[in-house]
Amino acid sequence: MAFLTDRKRAVGMGSAKTGTDHFWAMKVSSFGLLLLIPLFVFTFGPMLGESHEAVIAYFARPFPAIVAGLTIAVTMMHFKKGVQTLVEDYVHGTAQKVAILATISLSYAIAATGLFAIARIAL
Amino acid sequence: MADVNRGSRPLSPHLTIYRPQLTSMTSILTRITGNALLISSMLVVWWFLAAASSPEYFAIADGVLTSWFGDIAMTLSVLGLWYHTLAGVRHLIWDNGIGLDIPTAEKMGYAILGGSVVLTIITIIVV
Repeated sequence: MAFLTDRKRAVGMGSAKTGTDHFWAMKVSSFGLLLLIPLFVFTFGPMLGESHEAVIAYFARPFPAIVAGLTIAVTMMHFKKGVQTLVEDYVHGTAQKVAILATISLSYAIAATGLFAIARIAL
Repeated sequence: MADVNRGSRPLSPHLTIYRPQLTSMTSILTRITGNALLISSMLVVWWFLAAASSPEYFAIADGVLTSWFGDIAMTLSVLGLWYHTLAGVRHLIWDNGIGLDIPTAEKMGYAILGGSVVLTIITIIVV
């Protein structure tokens, strides 16, 4: 193998298979968040520091509950892709794969926790 | 033969020799705020989980988020959130091949910095 150049070894191996998927996912989630973030800030914000009964009653209503659920889910899918770019830039080799797996898992865990909590409050 | 001498080749000048520019600083801040918002997300989700669990647990989470430490964390979160949002808008504009020249990019950079502070103040007043 030492007689082959890097290019020669790469020829015919195909692309990385993902194309513009990552870019498009970031574009879709950022457009979504552009709408969701102001809605979330001005629905969640006033509830911070309120009594438990007030918070439960507020997030049992459809609009605040749906906004909160969507914001948490879309934010975490946006974070999942964003932090992957960060890791790919600064971490390499096996550590890179481990870091990407860990951050993807963390993103899904936070999204699941948030959706569970909101479902339990709302239903 | 392409792998010969890998790792000990001279490197071209990198970040350390450049004067800080508005464009590069606003760019790295976008990355820093975006990833730092993980902490904010975890705090907010913890608050929701506590609210879903019990009034006692909610009192703890709500107490942490509205303490002096929580106020600082939430204010910085809001600042980072608006900054990252406006910087994201700049990226969505750039994606169309618009505003990539340095004067326009710098104007938008100032708009992001100023806009995020203004939006943070509005948020603090309204919320």
